[in-house]
Amino acid sequence: MRSLTHLQRLEAESIDILREAVAESERPVMLYSIGKDSSVLLHLAMKAFYPSKPPFPLLHVDTTWKFHDMITFRDATAKRLGLELIVHINPEARALGINPFTHGSAVHTDLWKTQGLKQALDKHGFDAAFGGARRDEEKSRAKERIFSFRSAQHRWDPKLQRPELWRIYNARKAKGESMRVFPLSNWTELDVWQYIFLEDIPVVPLYFARPRPVVARDGTLLLVDDQRLPLRPGEIPMTKTVRFRTLGCYPLTGAIESTAADLPGIIREMLLARTSERQGRVIDHDAAGSMEKKKQEGYF
Amino acid sequence: MSNVSELIALDAGQYLQVHQHKGLLRFLTCGSVDDGKSTLIGRLLYDAKTLYDDQVATLEAESQKIGTQGGELDFALLLDGLSAEREQGITIDVAYRFFSTDKRKFIVADTPGHEQYTRNMITGASTADVAVILVDARKGLLTQTRRHSYLASLVGIRRVVLAVNKMDLVGYSREVFERIRDEYLEFAGKIGLSEVVCIPLSALRGDNVTAPSGNTPWYHGATLMGYLETVEVESEAQNAPFRLIVQWANRPNLDFRGYSGRVVSGTLRPGERVRVLPSAKESTVTRIITLDGDLDLAVAGQSVTVTLADEIDISRGDVLAKPDALPEVADQFEAQVVWMSEEAMLPGRPYLMKIGARTVGATITRPKYKVNVNTLEHLAATTLELNEIGVCNLHLDQMIPFDPYEQNRDMGGFILIDRLTNNTIGAGMLHFALRRSHNIHWQAVEVSKQAHAALKGHQPCVVWFTGLSGSGKSTIANIVEKKLHALGRHTFLLDGDNVRHGLNKDLGFTEADRVENIRRVAEVAKLMVDAGLIVLVSFISPFRAERQLARDLVEGEEFCEVFVDAPLSVAEARDPKGLYKKARRGDLKNFTGIDSPYEAPESPEVRIDTTRIDAEEAADRIVAYLRTTGVLERP
Repeated sequence: MRSLTHLQRLEAESIDILREAVAESERPVMLYSIGKDSSVLLHLAMKAFYPSKPPFPLLHVDTTWKFHDMITFRDATAKRLGLELIVHINPEARALGINPFTHGSAVHTDLWKTQGLKQALDKHGFDAAFGGARRDEEKSRAKERIFSFRSAQHRWDPKLQRPELWRIYNARKAKGESMRVFPLSNWTELDVWQYIFLEDIPVVPLYFARPRPVVARDGTLLLVDDQRLPLRPGEIPMTKTVRFRTLGCYPLTGAIESTAADLPGIIREMLLARTSERQGRVIDHDAAGSMEKKKQEGYF
Repeated sequence: MSNVSELIALDAGQYLQVHQHKGLLRFLTCGSVDDGKSTLIGRLLYDAKTLYDDQVATLEAESQKIGTQGGELDFALLLDGLSAEREQGITIDVAYRFFSTDKRKFIVADTPGHEQYTRNMITGASTADVAVILVDARKGLLTQTRRHSYLASLVGIRRVVLAVNKMDLVGYSREVFERIRDEYLEFAGKIGLSEVVCIPLSALRGDNVTAPSGNTPWYHGATLMGYLETVEVESEAQNAPFRLIVQWANRPNLDFRGYSGRVVSGTLRPGERVRVLPSAKESTVTRIITLDGDLDLAVAGQSVTVTLADEIDISRGDVLAKPDALPEVADQFEAQVVWMSEEAMLPGRPYLMKIGARTVGATITRPKYKVNVNTLEHLAATTLELNEIGVCNLHLDQMIPFDPYEQNRDMGGFILIDRLTNNTIGAGMLHFALRRSHNIHWQAVEVSKQAHAALKGHQPCVVWFTGLSGSGKSTIANIVEKKLHALGRHTFLLDGDNVRHGLNKDLGFTEADRVENIRRVAEVAKLMVDAGLIVLVSFISPFRAERQLARDLVEGEEFCEVFVDAPLSVAEARDPKGLYKKARRGDLKNFTGIDSPYEAPESPEVRIDTTRIDAEEAADRIVAYLRTTGVLERP
């Protein structure tokens, strides 16, 4: 007898979910957000369908405010794996010049990400979209289904979610309705890092500590990623050795001071530091229950 | 995070070495509203040092502000996710929690204790290895305790922890604990829970949760965490007969044909013979493929891709097994069904059933009995309502491979899906195949439908008239039959009223009986189509699902749905049989259009607007339609 480790069991479950969703949908897509969870999800997709390529494209909903390193990594990854990459940029948000500085994080996230995602899904007629969300990320996600049903308007209604028993997923839907599918539901942040380490999965270098130009603002360290970051009076970029625990739009994602320059370092730091990962993201702090509201509106 | 000793934390590489070999345990917690379940899980997370500093800070702040423990840490606040339930102070759905110790990673299904949420408990239990059932030491065993235990055993959980909580409030009394323990063990034996462990604890104070308590010197058993870290659960699936459920045919190019799926039980090696079910074709496994290289052994739980020596036809939902330990193949079963929808189960209504990776049509017969989950009594039942559990027979529209649920959860557990809303409306567990499904073989007849039809000089078909009472269905159907008869076609008219005098005289007008009424007529119509006839069916047939069933029984082009469309006001004004008046007076219950719904067809082959054309013209249109489809032509 050979018993499986927890990571082997998680991997097998995720592969099972990926295959099930592909078999039961007409036009699946993987939402690729470039972060570590997306890296793991993509790696699992490569395993699930091998020797075939994953039978779906990657979709990145770009806000034009992502870290430059993320975009470089995104394009290199799609090329390395030979996968189709669709990049969607909300034309409305672009025309309005939406940015987090003048419009605030709520409007910025809604227009670029939530509306942008809906546009992209509608435009291509995707009926199943894989996402890298985990149940341990945030309280309101602890009850999220693995196959999360969305109305034709992309709304998430807690009352319409189907009970999920055993490993049987009900992926049936009417025309226009869709599924968000979360193969990493049962993974934790630690599982993700451990798996990246064991499987040697490439991740964006921003996760590793390097000397970088930052400014301190409202209790967080912001990376001066390009000239668009308006400096407030008295703010002078300084070089600090920092890294990111989570990646999003650079003006909305705080860096932490760190010396963790490799994976064991990151894992060690995570084990000791104990600050939950979304703390670094500004969007969760807009209002109590904010993630739940965003989810109902169609954000992941 | 996890129980990191300072030493390991200093050397992450060593930590990873240790922690990558951990196993995984999934468990379920259940208890009544005030048993302290959320507090217990919060305590486990806290003691396992799974909480982050900012979560602890938030917990401390919220405990002061809205806590129910007088300013002490209120662990329950860690868990309540959705804002609605935080305001109401109840948990309304299954939530999954995660924590990890040096020995194991844990996935906790946290299910609410409310009376009406059998559905959630079954859902949480379906993936659990162990159930932790809480009782309040002050209250002892409650109705809910028995119900939760029964549901756990129903879903096949054999290992149960009875956590006797709030021992601090009974002065850590040994006598209280032992009384509850003895009473529970007696009950557990009756419902087949074979491995029960009872632990006295206080989730709030931490007694016997992770560390043995000085307050219970008389207790020498394991702590809750100690038990969860060591209970053995994995060997069963691997020792069971090999089953692989095929999810996806893997064909990257013309030279490669693999089958991707999960080994749900047993083990497989290259070179072994496998049989594909239900087709019963055999071949030899050539490779077990993963991205990380071919395997020389695949074990239960792994997702793999296999290739076979022979090119045989395998589709999604098929099962691979070894010839010496095969699953059965059948299409009629006895099963335990748990109903999960607000809309009651209707015997005879066509539902979909998903089992493994296969979705098939299924109808359920009237329950043999339902179970009172509080007393375990068997009660007579005609249907199952939300959260009711019963034993029924199931009839599928095709043969499927299966194992009884108690032998294999993945091969015997299923969900039921509504054909129109696509919601999951029930779940169930297969007990066994009905003998008649083994013994009634399809008799191959040599004079085929085509041969019958050739003699008649037309194509057989069903012309299905649906519409409100008084819409004019029977009048129009009669004229159509006369016209076809005059053309020398061999027809037969099945009329609702007439059939209810004979074949269906045992049926009333409840929703369930109406479903059965239509099912029987649809089957009769199918037989008549096989006999080569043009069958005219004139029934109100108010529900879309049953009309779909009738349609599905025959070939696609053999079904013509005629919607005799009369607004309720018009039909009621005509009221040829005086039935609407009776229904309005309340003398006639479940009358379509009055107190029972009519679901109009969405895309009928022919729609007759009876406010614009008369019966004669309507009949002409229908005959004209049948001409265009070639029904009246010689085959």
